[in-house]
Amino acid sequence: MLEILLDATVRAGTPILFATLGAIINERAGIINLGIEGLMLIGALAGFAGTQASGSLLVGVLAAFAAAMIAGSIHAFITVQLRGNQIVSGLALTMFGIGITALFGRGMVGLTIKGFERVAIPGLSQLPIIGKPFFNQDLLIYFSFLLVFGIAFFFARTRWGLALRTVGENPAAADTCGVPVLLFRFLAVTIGSGIVGIGGAYLSLATTPMWIENMTAGRGWIAVALVIFASWSSYRALAGAYLFGGITAMQLRFQAMGTTMSVHMLQMLPYFFTILVLVISTIRLQKGASQQPEGLGQAYDREDRK
Amino acid sequence: MSNLLQIQNIRKTFPGVVALDDISLSIAPGEIHTLLGENGAGKSTLMNVLTGLYRPDRGEILFDGAPIHFNSPRDSLAVGIGMVHQHFMLVPAHTVFENILLALDGVPLLFSKKKYKQQVQTILDDLELDLDLDDPVWKLSIGAQQWIELIKLLARDCRLLILDEPTAVLTPQESARLFEVLTRLRDRGKSILFISHKMREVMELSDRVTVLKKGCSLVTLKRGEYDENRLASLMIGEDQIPMWIKPACKRDQLALEIKNLSVRNTRGRADLDNFNMKLYRGQILGVAGVAGNGQKPLAEVLTGLKEATSGRILAGDKDITNSTARSSYIAGIAHIPEDRKSIGIAPDMTVGDNLIMKNFNSKLFRRWIFQDRAAIRKNATAKIDQFAIKAGPDGNPVRYLSGGNIQKVIIARELSEKPAVLVALYPTRGLDIGSAEYVHKVIIDGANQGMSTILISEDLDELLKLSDEIVVMFRGRLVGCVDPQETTREEIGLLMSGEVQT
Repeated sequence: MLEILLDATVRAGTPILFATLGAIINERAGIINLGIEGLMLIGALAGFAGTQASGSLLVGVLAAFAAAMIAGSIHAFITVQLRGNQIVSGLALTMFGIGITALFGRGMVGLTIKGFERVAIPGLSQLPIIGKPFFNQDLLIYFSFLLVFGIAFFFARTRWGLALRTVGENPAAADTCGVPVLLFRFLAVTIGSGIVGIGGAYLSLATTPMWIENMTAGRGWIAVALVIFASWSSYRALAGAYLFGGITAMQLRFQAMGTTMSVHMLQMLPYFFTILVLVISTIRLQKGASQQPEGLGQAYDREDRK
Repeated sequence: MSNLLQIQNIRKTFPGVVALDDISLSIAPGEIHTLLGENGAGKSTLMNVLTGLYRPDRGEILFDGAPIHFNSPRDSLAVGIGMVHQHFMLVPAHTVFENILLALDGVPLLFSKKKYKQQVQTILDDLELDLDLDDPVWKLSIGAQQWIELIKLLARDCRLLILDEPTAVLTPQESARLFEVLTRLRDRGKSILFISHKMREVMELSDRVTVLKKGCSLVTLKRGEYDENRLASLMIGEDQIPMWIKPACKRDQLALEIKNLSVRNTRGRADLDNFNMKLYRGQILGVAGVAGNGQKPLAEVLTGLKEATSGRILAGDKDITNSTARSSYIAGIAHIPEDRKSIGIAPDMTVGDNLIMKNFNSKLFRRWIFQDRAAIRKNATAKIDQFAIKAGPDGNPVRYLSGGNIQKVIIARELSEKPAVLVALYPTRGLDIGSAEYVHKVIIDGANQGMSTILISEDLDELLKLSDEIVVMFRGRLVGCVDPQETTREEIGLLMSGEVQT
């Protein structure tokens, strides 16, 4: 029972995890990205279409990464180069994503592909309780594990990671140290967006191997909230994403068991928890436990007179 | 002797402002060259041009005899020009090590923490500094942060070090220590471009001095060719300095008493810690201290911008700390804030609207729920006249005014209600000498009429000149109280560093 629940938790949490990680990379560079929902949808459609056309899941994942990266570069161009309003640009990106995937996805509705399959890791998957849920999963989930550690390592131990964090905290300081601020920001937004796209692709390639219009159903917004909850750390993003995965898994389980509770109430749970998480993390932020990059949301203009 | 750096006819304009008009100067290897000028003379702009932050509209920069163009700070760092900015370029949330590491050259993508820590530690030992590399920068004192900025440059082996008013945030003792290090660096062959408007420092340190005025380089003088009077007259020119007589404070009537006041900040540390102070009617109370030792929270708690966590504020015999009398009491306090552009005014609104911001709701300026534009305009004309504000055309947004005139707008507004107490936080920071003298005159005039002033300043000369009494703050506590007639700069300096208490 616990094993099944944990397994469903990981599977439901993974798309949110990818999206949160991508958003963290954006925000660590100082750019708020509210286009996560749209990027996920673009990734989901591109991933499905890529796999459908080529028959290869790898091509699908790469297509999702590339498509979301291109869409993210719009946001990057507006916010980094043109110093536009990050909130407006991000919201526009979400609406753009919803619209364009609805348009181009029409031909994809009803088609099927062969989605990701479980690959057991010898040895580890035999562990009691955690073995099956964590080590008898598909390749994208293993990739997400690597990404969590990879991003944490990148930020903590590499020079580029330090430079990127400085760009997000105090772009002027980075600039005077010779870091190309705009380039770093641009790359952070585009690569981060690509990772968000993989999160979308997980939905259309693994969770349910098909394309459904608006299939992300607000998971992108949950990711936006989780970035704050995770205080911009990829490890805590993992915990947060699985927390939401767990809630989703539980409500599905409740439904399957046939409780008398209204289905709508159950489906509301993850979103209800999003609000709760935002309230709690905002209180924590005010208490000074802030890890928020200081330059978050601010455009950088070298010749701006302060 | 060939020059390390030569600047010829540099011009830089911003929309609506000519920051640099025509600047030429040269710097030899192994010299300390001081740029002297009033605020607004273009010192900082010139530095930003040299470090590649600003691109000049016109003019030439020669480095080692070859013309050079900077597209970004990266380019100027590459040839060995580094700068300690007036607003520190540090990340408070990062550790000392991380801040310095980013400035280092040729660090591989995957670096050995141990090796680079050792390298940085060597520099620290060389300067005899005691800093923990793993401490986050926000925990450090402003003085220590200044050292980190300097270490960032030394770690890169810069050939020309630029320091923009580095002593503004240091105690006299810390400044002396900095000068010692700078002289040592000079003797090792480094060139140093030092920016200041404090005459004392210029006399002590410089090999050569270049005086800037209104975006032009007036003259360059060698040591021996200048003295304080010559420099001052060059720098200020024909600006008029008003005369005033300072009254003696009788200390008979208590205007304000602060008892055991504490304010906690968001990081849980105390901004004000068990703070005690007495303010008499007509008194000018100077508050000295290195910036960041609780002066701003003190001003904010008195003007109602911050809540006290414990302690009491008494006005006369009334306890007004958390009572309903507080709002009316705050109304009788005028506030000249530290950051005049972001707190003092609404930059995009007109001078006239800014002038009535404090009493916009008064019957004087409204009819029923509508503004009385005629009355507002009349008030503006009167105030502009009375305070000699150069306000430009009618309906001009305040942000187009110079710093000195913005300060006059704030003063005109704050004093319009005849306040009992004036809380002035760094009121002359960034002002030219004429405007600063004007602010001093306003404070003295107010004292003559019974207004009490809490004058928070980092300029010891200003405090010594104006105050009836000087208190010194350190880490949110009052550590000393001295008589300006009898004290010395050294005594105040020791109090500011927290090493002694009276």
